[in-house]
Amino acid sequence: MAKAGPAGLCAAIELKKAGAPVILMDENGAPGGQLFKQIHKFFGSREHKAGIRGFDIGKELLAESIALGIDVRLDTEVVGIERGLKLWAVEKKARSYTEEAAAIVLATGATENALSFPGWTLPGVMTAGCAQTLINVHRVLPGKRVLMIGSGNVGVIVSYQLMQAGAEVVAVLEALPRLGGYGVHTAKVRRAGVPLRCSTTILRAEGKESVERAVIARLDERFQPIPGSEETLEVDTICLAVGLTPAIELSCIAGCSQIYVPELGGNMPIHDEFMRSSVDSVYVVGDLAGIEEASTAMEEGRLAGIHAAHAMGYLDEASMSAKAEETRRRLSALRQGAFGQKRFDAKRRILEKKAAV
Amino acid sequence: MSSNDYLKTMGAPSFDELERAGMLPSLADLAGRGCVCVECVEEIPCNPCETSCPQGALVVGYPITNLPVVDRSKCTLCGLCIAACPGLAITIKSVEAGNAKIRFPWEYLPLPAAGDEVEMVDRLGEAVCAGKILSVNSAAKNNRTAVVTAAFPAAFVQQVASIRRKRHGTV
Repeated sequence: MAKAGPAGLCAAIELKKAGAPVILMDENGAPGGQLFKQIHKFFGSREHKAGIRGFDIGKELLAESIALGIDVRLDTEVVGIERGLKLWAVEKKARSYTEEAAAIVLATGATENALSFPGWTLPGVMTAGCAQTLINVHRVLPGKRVLMIGSGNVGVIVSYQLMQAGAEVVAVLEALPRLGGYGVHTAKVRRAGVPLRCSTTILRAEGKESVERAVIARLDERFQPIPGSEETLEVDTICLAVGLTPAIELSCIAGCSQIYVPELGGNMPIHDEFMRSSVDSVYVVGDLAGIEEASTAMEEGRLAGIHAAHAMGYLDEASMSAKAEETRRRLSALRQGAFGQKRFDAKRRILEKKAAV
Repeated sequence: MSSNDYLKTMGAPSFDELERAGMLPSLADLAGRGCVCVECVEEIPCNPCETSCPQGALVVGYPITNLPVVDRSKCTLCGLCIAACPGLAITIKSVEAGNAKIRFPWEYLPLPAAGDEVEMVDRLGEAVCAGKILSVNSAAKNNRTAVVTAAFPAAFVQQVASIRRKRHGTV
């Protein structure tokens, strides 16, 4: 198992519950991935742990993995995967060793996209996820007056959390003509008095030693700044919430065939309905297999864990099918509606390409 | 599903959009004991409101992207759904003798306290009138979402959505 975020933890838990020996490797000092900075209540239904705050879900998963006795190796970076499922790991940046596996689940997550504009290297410009880590994990307020770029769920949720942490959010900008995030999230931010501005972008950040101002402008229908629409906002922090890209490096090293699916974040390894990649016994789950949410990542992790346990002989065909069917039902419940349909269709393209290979 | 143009450009739903989703109570609904106001006009996969309701008065059903429907004849106005909604989209409002009340979710510090004079705001965060905090419920079962009750003049009952946030270090 590579990386112990929500998807990796759930895969490990399913494997261990079936009786398979599991090693969970993560380069970070603590498991849980991004769950511990999610202080909001999750969506979904009770079976998806809806209504529970992200960090509490993280605590539950950790407690379960500890109770099961999963071998969690922290500060352990997986740097290579050779043929024959030989993993090359580096522990505490000091000791290098290899480990042979019968199956590998890659749950490497994603990285946040940046946006470049004049002044973007000034201190005070950071990704939304970085700001979220600072306030919710380290309890450090990165600034007092924040400009958020991007109105997807990450942008509006982090805007809300920055206000909870005591910052002012001066505006949320969206380059598209319509806001991206769930209406209930945008409404929360809006009634706190934050302007949400569509067809608007940042032109540049200004400041001597760090961000002091942002110059913004309205965009025409071809996304070109409208001359004369420039405005200057006094801000000390600019957060970028402009999407995520699957962290595919390890899957590439493992030789997994990739597909380009812009709706799910770019290039990602193809997979089948059991999350199997194009390489035998290598599974890909979570944001690596297409940017979605922690709730979908956990279900994908479970699917891979269930199937891998079966493939290694720890779960009979009937139990595997029943469990997989149940997990897929929960997954599809999360991919309904206008927001889910786009992801559902994109996921189907990944499955079709896998079937064609 | 309607296009919700106002919601998707301004960030909060308009009266029309709420009306179209069957989520704008009439003044008759709000009179007396009042009613629960669910402002969830987009099909998102979510149903904790339904599972939180001991009376079965809030129904999402399957698929969980259905919009919630309230059966006012079953609702006892217990308010459990207010803190259960991850979207903080549920309030309870009522009007009696020229005074309106709103029970709403609150997740900012400092928490308001009973007796506080506050500014009531609309869905866009604009101040609409003065109000007074009646009570603050921080019960453990609300999982760190306080449920606050405030009173304000009845004329503003449809506009009011929340209170203005107190800034850290200011009054």
